[in-house]
Amino acid sequence: MKKIEAIIKPHMLDGVKEALAQVGVQGMTVTEVRGFGRQKGHTEMYRGAEYQVDFVPKVKVEVITTDGKAAQVVEAVKTAARTGQIGDGKIFVIPVEDVLRIRTGERGEEAV
Amino acid sequence: MTETRWIRGALALFVVLTVVGVRVASAADEAPAGGAAAAAAPQLPAYFSGANADPAKPSWPDPTGAAAGVWAAPAGDGKGDVPGTLALPDLYDRIAHNLYSINMVWALVTGFLVMFMQAGFMFVETGLCRAKNAAHTSAMNFMIYPLGCLAFWAYGFAIGWGNWFNGPVAPGWYSSLGPGTAVLNGGIGIGAAVDAAGAATGAYTYGLLGTKGFFLTNVVNDVSVMTLFFFMMVFMDTTATIPTGAMAERWAWNNFFLYGLWVALPYCIYANWVWGGGWLAQGGVNWGLGHGAVDFAGSGVVHGMGGVIGLAGAIVIGPRIGKYVHGKPQAIPGHDIPMVVLGTFILAFGWFGFNPGSTLAGTDLRISFIVVNTMLASITAAIAAHLTLQLKGLKPDPSMLCNGMLAGLVAITAPCAFVNPIGAGTIGAIAGVLVVYSVFFFEARGVDDCVGAISVHGVNGLWGVLSVGIFATGEYGAGWNGVVRDEMVKAYGSDGVRGLLYGDWSQFFMQGIDCIVLAVFAFVMAFVWFKVSNLITPIRVSAETELEGLDGPEMGTHGYPDFAIHSGSKMVA
Repeated sequence: MKKIEAIIKPHMLDGVKEALAQVGVQGMTVTEVRGFGRQKGHTEMYRGAEYQVDFVPKVKVEVITTDGKAAQVVEAVKTAARTGQIGDGKIFVIPVEDVLRIRTGERGEEAV
Repeated sequence: MTETRWIRGALALFVVLTVVGVRVASAADEAPAGGAAAAAAPQLPAYFSGANADPAKPSWPDPTGAAAGVWAAPAGDGKGDVPGTLALPDLYDRIAHNLYSINMVWALVTGFLVMFMQAGFMFVETGLCRAKNAAHTSAMNFMIYPLGCLAFWAYGFAIGWGNWFNGPVAPGWYSSLGPGTAVLNGGIGIGAAVDAAGAATGAYTYGLLGTKGFFLTNVVNDVSVMTLFFFMMVFMDTTATIPTGAMAERWAWNNFFLYGLWVALPYCIYANWVWGGGWLAQGGVNWGLGHGAVDFAGSGVVHGMGGVIGLAGAIVIGPRIGKYVHGKPQAIPGHDIPMVVLGTFILAFGWFGFNPGSTLAGTDLRISFIVVNTMLASITAAIAAHLTLQLKGLKPDPSMLCNGMLAGLVAITAPCAFVNPIGAGTIGAIAGVLVVYSVFFFEARGVDDCVGAISVHGVNGLWGVLSVGIFATGEYGAGWNGVVRDEMVKAYGSDGVRGLLYGDWSQFFMQGIDCIVLAVFAFVMAFVWFKVSNLITPIRVSAETELEGLDGPEMGTHGYPDFAIHSGSKMVA
């Protein structure tokens, strides 16, 4: 099993959600996060003065999937989240040791 | 039956307006050579003048209102009218009573609108501060209403308006709110005036303070006085709440609390000088400078005063931590811009009470011009601020656009009744440019004003006062502050308030004096107060509190507690 963790632009979330649903992903966890990458944030203006936004608002999408489907899920996120501009984000693929569904007690791929 | 009463009322109103109009006009025309001081007072019916020679007739103060305008047949005995016995003098009574009723309802309803402007100030100031100070900033805007009102009730009204009835007035003037205001006749000044018999009239050559009406005790137990009190109280609250914006995000609550009880003092002293019949209003009568200081709805009295107090406060309290890095001003963005825009709209709406309500008379039909002038100045100011930002290579920052509209409203407040729509639009446009440059000017000089209050209310308040002396057309305000100059009447038909563009340099000069007096008086009073009050209880919170946000340490609760993880949502079995 794999966890696909994607940091994306907030306004791309709807597209990513739909793309994931198309490849059969049934659940996901979404978090509002802030951070910066190589670009080191950006500047904005307020009442005539410039100010630095170090931590840019992003959305983190977390999906757990079987090993077989991981590549397909990564591809779906990559296509749906891409604008070609700086700040499109990153995708991390992480191995998952076990999964447990709290209500039924199912474990492993059954619980995904 | 109801229909006839309506027709009778309308007819009555028409008659009384005509009678009063003719009386005022003829009094002005017949003013003898030698100017206002020598003008003979015309004989007004007692229900206009408040004179009460016959002890059997109603007297003032009048706590029920039954006697206002009723002279021939005193009402209030509870027996009602007997239609068959009513004569022509009874009809005049009803007409005069109607006149006062219209004026009083107008002053009260427009006062309600002005009171609601508190909500506008709360939205603008809270939206422009950071989320961690939202509870503190909104609470200051809230508590200034009870604190300021308590002070105004205790001592402010008496100082400001206690000698209102002895102020300089035009021949034929009568109190639009009713004869009961005649009880506001006690004050302090220089050069006590005497009547023909040698008795003191209560008026002064240079009025300094009023002394009647502390705590609204029984000596002012009158319906007209209560209307005046309410209307003037909600105006003062505007002044009181302006510095809370300039000093937001670092002002210690206890020091603010003391300020709330003090602010009525400078406000009401200066208000007495301009509105309460004091020495600045008497500048026309005493020194021949135009109509004396003219400030229709309070660009100077209300907004200039608040803005200058805010300037002194911002200087004494110092900039917020992080506002300046190596002397260069940094942006500290407000947390809710739609809140700022909503507040601006509430204020603009309230201004339609602020300005036309200052006639204190719904029967003064100049109110339509005042409304249009107020609107035009506000829109040209917003557009001018927008263009100024673009010319400086900046985007149209919504908070600056809002500052622009408010600057136009502040500037038109003094001249709103005396200028034409072209003049109003011009005054607003200049205000919109002025406010943008002013915000950058103060910011570059180390004065940290979170919301632009100094620029909006202080700078443009003074501009508004000055603009009367430039753009006033002379059409309106004949006899204002007791000035009727024969040469002006001869040249123009009547002696209205007239700026330098329309031929009266002396008015501009007087407005300039008024501006200087206001700026110096307000700044010195406020600077000394903030320094002294800082010794009683510190003006500024600790650096730790400021960094954490004032909500928790100062108020004990947060503006937005749901933003933090907490256990309030735990299920209880």
